Amino acid sequence: MTGLNLHAIAAIYRFEMNRTWRTPLQSIVSPVLSTSLYFIVFGGAIGSRMQSVEGVPYGAFIVPGLIMLSLLTQSIANASFAIYFPKFTGTIYELLSAPVAWWEAVIAYVGAAASKSILLGLIILATAAFFVPLRIEHPVMMMLFLVLTATTFSLFGFIIGIWADGFEKLQVIPLLIVTPLAFLGGSFYSISMLPPFWQTVTLFNPVVYLISGFRWSFYGLADVSLGVSLGMTLIFLAACIAVVGWIFKTGYRLKN
Amino acid sequence: MLSPHDHAIATTQRLPYMPPMSDTSSPIISVSGLSKTYASGFSALKSVDLAIRRGEIFALLGPNGAGKTTLISIICGLVRPSTGTVTADGHDILRDYRAARSAIGLVPQELTTDAFETVWSTVNFSRGLFGKPRDPALIERILKDLSLWEKKDSQIRMLSGGMKRRVMIAKALSHEPRILFLDEPTAGVDVELRQDMWRMVRRLRDDGVTIILTTHYIEEAEEMADRVGVISKGEIILVEEKAELMRKLGKKQLSLQLQQPIAAIPEPLASFDLKLSAAGDEIVYIYDTQGERTGITTLLQGLAEAGIRFRDLSTSQSSLEDIFVSLVRERR
Repeated sequence: MTGLNLHAIAAIYRFEMNRTWRTPLQSIVSPVLSTSLYFIVFGGAIGSRMQSVEGVPYGAFIVPGLIMLSLLTQSIANASFAIYFPKFTGTIYELLSAPVAWWEAVIAYVGAAASKSILLGLIILATAAFFVPLRIEHPVMMMLFLVLTATTFSLFGFIIGIWADGFEKLQVIPLLIVTPLAFLGGSFYSISMLPPFWQTVTLFNPVVYLISGFRWSFYGLADVSLGVSLGMTLIFLAACIAVVGWIFKTGYRLKN
Repeated sequence: MLSPHDHAIATTQRLPYMPPMSDTSSPIISVSGLSKTYASGFSALKSVDLAIRRGEIFALLGPNGAGKTTLISIICGLVRPSTGTVTADGHDILRDYRAARSAIGLVPQELTTDAFETVWSTVNFSRGLFGKPRDPALIERILKDLSLWEKKDSQIRMLSGGMKRRVMIAKALSHEPRILFLDEPTAGVDVELRQDMWRMVRRLRDDGVTIILTTHYIEEAEEMADRVGVISKGEIILVEEKAELMRKLGKKQLSLQLQQPIAAIPEPLASFDLKLSAAGDEIVYIYDTQGERTGITTLLQGLAEAGIRFRDLSTSQSSLEDIFVSLVRERR
């Protein structure tokens, strides 16, 4: 066999997607339900008593941030679990002994994790339409941000899954770092609503750029320019690709 | 040796998923100057040279920690070598890893399976992983050969340990490998399954698959192997044809506990080369199980004629591993 091992990519992709269909309550229903609760609480109960943000009703304003919040956490969770679990059970021997290039494995695992979180993001978007008035001014850019963010954070999750040597480590970065960054990255507010000092501090939060760019694709509103948002996303994507390449080149936590 | 029944299986039920027989006489696996030193400084392999012939069953034996699994793991791509080269089916395992790995199937010692997958999906997954297109008819034949067909829709977690072992073999065979590694294939399995596996391995060998197995069971190596290699402390210390090895190792020990201690072995029994314990209450006789006559009957007659009565007797045979360990000690 020479060239691309397409059968392997397809096999891993199918395997991972089947895991999702096997556990629909955990994979689909649970994150959709929890995001819907945000819409009911923030968009319906509290949002109705709040002013609109730059002309966008508050309930609609938070939709891009909530989708991004789910996208980040689910991309990381999907990809980290996908590679960690074979390590935990020992079934990773099969992947390591197969004629599969590292980038083929990454395409398959990250592709499946990103597919799942993109699907989830779209379901949440459809769900949001039931609760709040939505408009999408730049649908192509919205899909681009969705795909780029899902891919980047799936790669990040893949790295976490290889790095983790226990279930606690698997959770520590998503729960203690990514979720707070997403909450403080403008999911529920525009950073222009913050005092000047905190506006500056917030700009060190990479999630700000993702949410800002994504929200721009909906309403044409952005905390930072579109080019900066895209650039930051691409830089993070490139950094993750470089780390994954190094992991497979050195066999870090995969091979002795 | 193949029984008539096995011959019948081998000749009438050729496994359809086996690769064509190769006509080349070069080794199918060639290991040269292979060393492995882990980050901890532990030297697991020390300049190992080994050639596995095409189509043979090669038993790799050695005590725990000898380097068996490290050697297999390097050949299969699970562990990186420190120095040395390995080729599998003529392909360097590092430079041409795709071709090398495509030729190899591995059944590891641990029962590591995807518990929530069905038998059918996990075996198909393995075939895809090794770059082969779907072939439901082939997978069906493999599962039927391994008596797994009835369980094809069962989740693996619902299967017994023996069935899980069969699933792992099915996964390893799903991409039609020319080389099959079986790491302790019958550890912890019942007698029936062990015999089934032996039959399966012979059929694979008869169809051109080269099989390398590690085992602790003397009867397994005796039944299965064409050649035997011994590894100890990271070095291959012996590679021999099985028949020759059995001749060397086919020794057994008969111990006789005497009713009354004796001071010395009587002169008429000197030819038996008996060993008398220090207390004089036990006689040990070592005999060749492969020999035409063991000499036991003559010995017992001689003891009776000498008026030596015994209250108990026992026989014992060292495990193959014990014998090899003692061989290692003798060499150093």
